[in-house]
Amino acid sequence: MTFLFYVAAIVAVVATLLVVTRSNLVHALLYLIVSLTAVAVVFYTLGAPFVAALEVIIYAGAIMMLFVFAVILLDLRSDEAERVPARAWIGPAILGVILLVELTVAVASSHSGGPGTSVPAQRVGETLFGPYVIGVELASMLLLAALVGARHVADRRDEPEEPDAPGNGPPDEAAS
Amino acid sequence: MIAVVSAGHGLALAAILFAIGFAGLLARRNLIVVLASIEIMLNAAGLAFVAAGARWGQADGQVMFFFILTVAAAEVSLGLALAISFRRYLRRLDVDRAERMKG
Repeated sequence: MTFLFYVAAIVAVVATLLVVTRSNLVHALLYLIVSLTAVAVVFYTLGAPFVAALEVIIYAGAIMMLFVFAVILLDLRSDEAERVPARAWIGPAILGVILLVELTVAVASSHSGGPGTSVPAQRVGETLFGPYVIGVELASMLLLAALVGARHVADRRDEPEEPDAPGNGPPDEAAS
Repeated sequence: MIAVVSAGHGLALAAILFAIGFAGLLARRNLIVVLASIEIMLNAAGLAFVAAGARWGQADGQVMFFFILTVAAAEVSLGLALAISFRRYLRRLDVDRAERMKG
């Protein structure tokens, strides 16, 4: 089990690094699916099979499918090959390493080192629909609000004039 | 109640994934990749909750992951709708162009 954890952790870290560095958008999204599936294996080795299933079904299945459909709808041609110069990574890399050191120190100085115990799905369900049932209701309202909000934001009625003409962006955009 | 992997290692993996997502969020300009970086960070936060829940043998960590999952789904649906609207107005998915969006 421990061996499985380390293999999955290495796969997750490498795939996540590739997600943020690939210039091709579709390749980055496919690596993100690999990363999320590896994290699902990590959940399984941590003794959380219910969450591992949720990760595969909702994250790697539904949410990533939403990303892929968005890429199809956006009809990307040239601008998905975004070239990030190496010096643009210096600042974010320094800040990321500082954050990582802080988090590692915080984890190392806490009492989180010991072995964990497996929590079966039955207890998760009892907790979810026992003390946290109001949270489930709020989650349903949040998803409904997101549905209505997404429908409104992506509405075509707000489109500028001449939707099919080339260069129909804002005036300063068309001039450049 | 089998003993499983040390929760500290799970928390360390969560920290690494969160830092990678954070660096990607700052460095990349493509709106879709920025949203994917936010997904990585939310997933790392959920991993930290599950690892901590496994450490103490409590189901609360997994319940919190369920709520993080809900928030991530809501956030990504709105974010991708915004990306479609963004591209329709600005022709490109460069977040530096958001200053021209004017509402």
